[in-house]
Amino acid sequence: MDYSQFGAMIPELIVLGIFLVVFFADLIAGDKSRKCFLTPLTTVLFALGTVAIWVIPASGETVFGGMYVNDSATNAIKAILNIGVFIVFLQSAKWVESDEVAIRKGEFYELLLVTLFGMYLMVSARHFLLFIIGLESASLPLAAMVAFNKNHYESHEAAVKYIMTAVFSSAILLVGLSFVYAFSGGSLYFQDLAVTIQTGSMSGLLIVALAFVIAGLGFKLSLVPFHLWTADVYQGAPTAITSYLSVISKGSAAFAFFIIFTQCFGSVYSDAWEWMLYAVIIATITVGNLFAIRQKNMKRFMAFSSISQAGYIMLGAMAADTLGLASMIFYIFVYIVSNLGAFAVISTIENQTGRLSMDDYNGLHKTNPWLSFAMTLAMFSLAGIPPFAGFFSKILIFTSVTGTGSMALYMLVLIALINTIISLYYYLLVVKAIWISPEAPKVESFRSDCGSRIALWICVAGIVFFGLVPYIYQYCVSSVEASAGFLSMFGV
Amino acid sequence: MFTNILIWFVVIPVIMMIGLGLCRNSGMKAIRAVMVVGSTALLALAIWLCVQFLQLRAAGVDDEMLFTGSWLWYAPLNIHLAVGVDGISVLMLMLSAIIVFAGTFASWKITPLPKNFFLWFCLLSTGVFGFFISIDMFTMFMFYEVALIPMYLLIGVWGTGRKEYSAMKLTLMLMGGSAFLMLGLLGIYWHSAPEGGQCTWNILEISHNASIDASWQYMLFCFTFVGFGVLGAMFPFHTWSPDGHACAPTAVSMLHAGVLMKLGGYGCFRIAIFLLPQAANELAWIFIILTGISIVYGAFSACVQTDLKYINAYSSVSHCGMVLFAILMLNTTAMTGAILQMLSHGLMTALFFALIGMIYGRTHTRDIRQMGGLMKIMPYLGVCYMIAGFASLGLPGLSGFVAEMTIFFGSFQNADLFHRVFVICATASIVITAVYILRVVGKLLLGPVQDKHHLELTDATWWERFSTVTLIVCIAGIGCFPNWINETIQHSFVPIINAIQAAV
Repeated sequence: MDYSQFGAMIPELIVLGIFLVVFFADLIAGDKSRKCFLTPLTTVLFALGTVAIWVIPASGETVFGGMYVNDSATNAIKAILNIGVFIVFLQSAKWVESDEVAIRKGEFYELLLVTLFGMYLMVSARHFLLFIIGLESASLPLAAMVAFNKNHYESHEAAVKYIMTAVFSSAILLVGLSFVYAFSGGSLYFQDLAVTIQTGSMSGLLIVALAFVIAGLGFKLSLVPFHLWTADVYQGAPTAITSYLSVISKGSAAFAFFIIFTQCFGSVYSDAWEWMLYAVIIATITVGNLFAIRQKNMKRFMAFSSISQAGYIMLGAMAADTLGLASMIFYIFVYIVSNLGAFAVISTIENQTGRLSMDDYNGLHKTNPWLSFAMTLAMFSLAGIPPFAGFFSKILIFTSVTGTGSMALYMLVLIALINTIISLYYYLLVVKAIWISPEAPKVESFRSDCGSRIALWICVAGIVFFGLVPYIYQYCVSSVEASAGFLSMFGV
Repeated sequence: MFTNILIWFVVIPVIMMIGLGLCRNSGMKAIRAVMVVGSTALLALAIWLCVQFLQLRAAGVDDEMLFTGSWLWYAPLNIHLAVGVDGISVLMLMLSAIIVFAGTFASWKITPLPKNFFLWFCLLSTGVFGFFISIDMFTMFMFYEVALIPMYLLIGVWGTGRKEYSAMKLTLMLMGGSAFLMLGLLGIYWHSAPEGGQCTWNILEISHNASIDASWQYMLFCFTFVGFGVLGAMFPFHTWSPDGHACAPTAVSMLHAGVLMKLGGYGCFRIAIFLLPQAANELAWIFIILTGISIVYGAFSACVQTDLKYINAYSSVSHCGMVLFAILMLNTTAMTGAILQMLSHGLMTALFFALIGMIYGRTHTRDIRQMGGLMKIMPYLGVCYMIAGFASLGLPGLSGFVAEMTIFFGSFQNADLFHRVFVICATASIVITAVYILRVVGKLLLGPVQDKHHLELTDATWWERFSTVTLIVCIAGIGCFPNWINETIQHSFVPIINAIQAAV
């Protein structure tokens, strides 16, 4: 075996390196009082690693006999996921120092880095075996993270629900893949599969296989009707983990979805999976929105909001072309800063006062004007209000979907647009509680910790500038266009 | 980029927002200074633009749009920040500048959170100005939404009455309209290029290409016209307007009825009719019926209301309906009338809402049954109210007369039975307008004093006088010298009328 092939996996090696450093530092440090260096160490290392991934150009190589690819599109995706993780690290800096968690904070970072490693593999895999390895290492450690507040009943409940769902969905996915295996005549390479599908005729087996694969990935993405675990898990998990689940985990699954469906099944787009995805997207956006309206707990609220956002993300897969993938990457990037901005406020308030209900936000602007301001921007951005980034990401993804010109897709966009109005309603409920509600504020004035403040500033800057400054989107488009692998399969 | 004069209409409000951001929450003097300097600069810029524009036209420059500029923004989708004005946009910019100026003075003593109020107020102005200078559909739509969303907080926080309900209703309905609009714009974009060419968002290029085929035009016309029509308070999408106006604070009512509702009319004109002329020819009848209902229904509703703001809100529905009605007549005279009506209605409604705010600030009621004889107590405000009323019912010498005469004269040029019937119905609204205006004037200003506490009230302060005089001078200016407006906008109809005639 040619070990130099590992040299092509630069992003994975970087994350693995950080993981090892943190692991041994944690091992050597010993007791709680001597672990105070862990948080700054991990954060700084991770920031450097992120910069390295942005800066080092992707080799574009395919290694291990075509199982793994590192091109500019996957590199862009990883860099964007990294930025999200960096923000999560910052906003959880206070939580990991709390009495209950401080002794185990090394584990938190290690588990998180392992899942990130898994997500990298999911994005870069061009073979179903490697993909499954990535998927499992991305989801199983997450269950341990969900159970991190080990003295809380809800945290356990959430972890059990999460692990059951994760295992169940993996099983469904594997059934689907075994059908695919049968169909392709003994190969799990994306490429071989694409060729078989293109040359072969449509069969019932393929449709069933696709349905299983959509269902399996739908669980990860919490698409309706596979979303039932989401609200409970989001509510029970520690807030830092919830924000990680809602953006990074979801984002990587969306990319993997896009890659698998365009690379392998691109040729049967209109025959087989366009209509399945069409129905799933409509259900996801609508159901997520309708359920979010009645939520009072902020974490449940964000759970349903993120379900509906997943529907918008999948619109990029509906477009299934370079513009679609570029818009999807941009959408997820914007979604990361907007959603993490909202979660930064929620977790700060929870850490300081333990309050989590929307009613607790009444009159917040009187005591915490900056937090109120940040929360308002995050809500506007999630709802797609200009001049904030969410507006641009929504419009660009809608533009890419309508580009194919079919009337059915115009109707899909119309439904999505009408749903943005529903989502605007519940996002405005938060704004209303903060600014308009006449009640006396329940959250007293406080100064939030340094990490959350930096995280919040990054998010606010992203919300304000990502849309107005077009370079991010152009970066997404150019990196997708630079990936020869993507361009070749769209012609299939 | 900054050498283009039009960009400054957006840059100045942004600078004002930064300036306000630097003020302290309680620093009322600094906040007022920023607002007065900024809104004066905007007004001066608008006047200067108008003078420059007329000079260029007089010198024989007959491009469709002047002061054009275009900067690439999102290259992959060919989105530009493209600006340019014709006579109509120049006048709309002027109108907006006047109302922002008057609105600043009308909200001299706003509480609570004055800084935040003016921040959102400036964001709203940014959207309005940006909308009128854009000739790129994407930026136009962006500015359109920028102008809508601050309304939620402006009404919700600083409003009166059922403000939470009204703010939510207004925001959701207008955003619902913009959802339809967005789909229409996307459709126009993807059909904007002749076979194989690059798609464009630029309005002028799209109209030159004229590549949208008829079957798509029908759908897109409905989407865009309804989208803008919601903001133009077209029946049956007008219900946000009375509630929203009644609950909004004074300056916001002024800006909203005065300028924001004009965005609807302007958008229908600039996008729905101009870019989709074939559908406009064939589907205009549907919307003529709807706007005809708006005109008459709005006027009748105003007759039975007792709240001053509701009366004016319904009267706005009626008058804005007339704008859309005239645009749909698809001839130069009626469209000239529509533009005149936009200006006239903008100024006089702003005056109305300013006066209602001032009266309400003194009497703490807006119910006309509880007030009376105010003419004796506050003669200055009373006279102003009468002038606004006369402008509204179309007294010669004031702006309303010119506008409505032109509209009906132009509309009557369509000789078929359908148009004639609707024009006659719409004309009847003049009489109904007279009924509700005279009813209010009679009850509110004349007659015996209803409440003896009112006898102690004072007349207008200096900033209130300043705000109202500005508006009255403009109203009388349009009424007495409508011709220069005519000359300013004349040119702008040529491409639109050509497009419509080519499509017949």
